[in-house]
Amino acid sequence: MTIQITMPGEKLIQGNEACVMGAIASGCNFYGGYPITPSSEIAEHMVRRMPKVGGVSIQMEDEISALASIIGASLAGSKAMTATSGPGFSLMQEHIGFAAMAEVPCVIVNVMRGGPSTGMPTSPSQGDVMQARWGTHGDHPAIVLAPASVGEVFDLTVKAFNLAERFRTPVILLYDEIIGHTRESVSLPESVTVIDRVTPDDALEEFWPKEADPDGVPAMSPFGDGRRFHVTGLAHDHRGFPTNDTAVAEALINRLHRKIDAHLDEVIEVEEYLLDDADVAIFAYGIVGRSAKLAVERARLNGIKAGLIRPLTLWPFPTAQVAEVARKVDTIVVAEMNLGQLVGEVERAAKGQAEVVSHLRTGGEPVTPTALEEVLAKIDGGNA
Amino acid sequence: MTDVKIDIQPDMTTEVTATERADVRSYLRQWAMPHVLCPGCAHGIVLRSFLEAVDQLQLDQDKIAMVAGIGCSSRLAGYVDFCTLHGTHGRAPAFATGLKLARPDLNVVVVTGDGDGLAIGGNHLIHAARRNIDMTVLLLNNSIYGMTGGQAAPTTPEGAIASTAPQGHIEPGFDACKLLMGAGASYVARVFAANPIEMTKVMMDGLSHPGFAFIELVSDCPEYFGRYNKIGGGPEMLNWIAVRDEGIAGPLSEKRFVEHIPVKPPAIGVKSGVLQREIRPVYAGVRAAEGQHT
Repeated sequence: MTIQITMPGEKLIQGNEACVMGAIASGCNFYGGYPITPSSEIAEHMVRRMPKVGGVSIQMEDEISALASIIGASLAGSKAMTATSGPGFSLMQEHIGFAAMAEVPCVIVNVMRGGPSTGMPTSPSQGDVMQARWGTHGDHPAIVLAPASVGEVFDLTVKAFNLAERFRTPVILLYDEIIGHTRESVSLPESVTVIDRVTPDDALEEFWPKEADPDGVPAMSPFGDGRRFHVTGLAHDHRGFPTNDTAVAEALINRLHRKIDAHLDEVIEVEEYLLDDADVAIFAYGIVGRSAKLAVERARLNGIKAGLIRPLTLWPFPTAQVAEVARKVDTIVVAEMNLGQLVGEVERAAKGQAEVVSHLRTGGEPVTPTALEEVLAKIDGGNA
Repeated sequence: MTDVKIDIQPDMTTEVTATERADVRSYLRQWAMPHVLCPGCAHGIVLRSFLEAVDQLQLDQDKIAMVAGIGCSSRLAGYVDFCTLHGTHGRAPAFATGLKLARPDLNVVVVTGDGDGLAIGGNHLIHAARRNIDMTVLLLNNSIYGMTGGQAAPTTPEGAIASTAPQGHIEPGFDACKLLMGAGASYVARVFAANPIEMTKVMMDGLSHPGFAFIELVSDCPEYFGRYNKIGGGPEMLNWIAVRDEGIAGPLSEKRFVEHIPVKPPAIGVKSGVLQREIRPVYAGVRAAEGQHT
C-alpha cells in the first residue's frame, strides 16, 4: 500500500520530530509513552499529532506500562509506538520479550544517552546496542535499526513499522542523542510504501491465532472483530494456548527466529562507500557513521584507500556483508560510542580474513572525523 | 449502557437451585480443559459468578476482552471464550488501558490476584483507577502466592504462615479496597467467594458501571494457605472466608471456624458490599472529539 504524505518537500526538523512524522506516515495511530530525556520531544509531538490523524496518545505511569499499552493497542488493531532512553529501555525489556513471544507488532524507539544507570541524560552514547539485542531474557528474535541522520530517522521509522507488521514482531529504532536533537533540512518523500499485517481469510471457518503460513508469520485478527482467541507469553501451541510440550515450545521458538532469518534481504540494509579498492574499512553506525564518512573522504584526499561499511540494520547482524568486506580489505576499524559492543560481531563475521581494530569512546563525547582520520593515517603509515 | 441498580445486601434467604443458575458452558473453552486450578480452590466459583453476570447482562461475547496478569487467578483468562490476553506479572491494567483506548467498543475486564495486582502491579492498578479508564477489575484475593508455592503476599495477614514466613508473617497486609478508594476508583466493591449469588450481583453492577470498577473477590487457597495455617481444605477455607465477612449476618457467619485459625482474626478486608460509587468523566486518552479529526 502506498500512502500519500500531506506535507512533502524540504523541511527543517529535529530527529525526534522526523521520527514522529515517519510514524504518522506509516499509519501509526497509537502512542503510549513516558517522559525521558532525550526522547521526550517524540511524546510532545505525538500528543499534538495523534488527534489530527484519528489516533490516541497516552502518557503512562512508567516505561513498563508504556510498552504494555502499545501492545494492548496493537492487539486491538492499532499501529502503535513508544519512545524512551536508556533507563526506560531497561524497564521495557520485559515487554519486548512478551511482544516477541506473543508476536505483537510494535515499534520501540530508544534515543540513546550515556549510561550505565541514569548516566548522562543529555549526552550521546551507543551503549545500548547489545541490550537492544539481548536485553530481554530467552531466545528471542530482534530487529534493530540505526539511522545516522534526521532524514534517515524518517525512513527507518517507516521501515520499522513495516517490518513490525510484516513479521509480527517488535522492532527497535536505535539512535543517539545527537541525531535525536539535531535539526537538519530533510527532503520528505511524496509517498511511502506501507505494509500492514496479514489478517485471516474471512472464509476461514476455524481460526487459530498462531497457525503460521509457510513464511512463518501467522495471520493476525484484532480483538473484538468476532474471532475469539487467547494470547499469552507462555510457550504455546497453534491455538495460542499454554503448553509444556517441549517439542511444541521448540518449534515455536525456532519459528520466531526463522520467520526473520529466512527473509534477511527484507531486513538488512547496509551502506557501502568507497570499498571497491579499499585497503582499510571503517565499520560504524549511527552518528559515528557520519564521522567515519567524512574521515574516509579526507583520508582519500591524502591517498589512503579507505572505505566505509555502515549498517542501517544492527540486528540481525549483517554478517554476510561484513564478511565480504573482510575479504576485500586488510583492516576493519570498528568505531563505536561504547567500550566495544559490535566489534565482537565484526570479528566473528571477518573470521580472521581482515585485522579488526577498535576505536572506542565513552563518557558522552562523540567519535569525531578527525580522530578517525588519525586512526586511518596511523594504519596506513604502519602498512607502508 | 444502563446503570443497573441493585440491592447490595445479599438476600441470604433466597433458595437458589442448580436448575435456576445459568448454563455458562458456552462461555468456556471446553477444548482447553482440564484447568490448572487445585481441588477446593474458590477461583472457579468466582469465575462461574462472573460468567453468570455476563449472561444476565447479555453482553456480546465477541466484544468482551479479558486481560490477565500472572498467577492462579490470571490463568482463568485461558478458559473463557472471549478475546483473552494473558500478559505479564502485574501489568494487566496497562495492557488493558491500551486495548480499551484503541477499541472503546470492547468490554474490558481485568482479572488479577493479590500478588499480581497489589505487589508487582500496584502502580498500574492505581493509575488505571485514577484515570477512570472504563474497565472492570476482578482482583481475586487468596492471601498468598499460590502458583509459586505459597509465599507471603501483600495481603497475607500478620501472623499467618507462608513458605517465606515460616514463623508467621511479620508485615501488615494491604486493604485492597482502601487502596483503590484512595486512588480514586469510581467504583469499589468487595465480595466473598462464599457468596456466589452476591458475587454475580456485584459483578453485574461493576460491569455496568461507566468507568473504572474495582471488585475484590475474597477467595482462598486451600492448597497452601489452608494447609500451612491448618485451616483445612476447600469447605473449611470457604468458612474461613465467610468468617472474614463482617458485613454479612446470617447463616454463614454461624459457621465460624475461629478456633482452627492460628492467625490473628483478620484485621483487614472485613467489610463487604459496594464501598465507593461515583460518576465522573471516563478517560478516553488524548484524541480528537467524535467526528473532529480529518
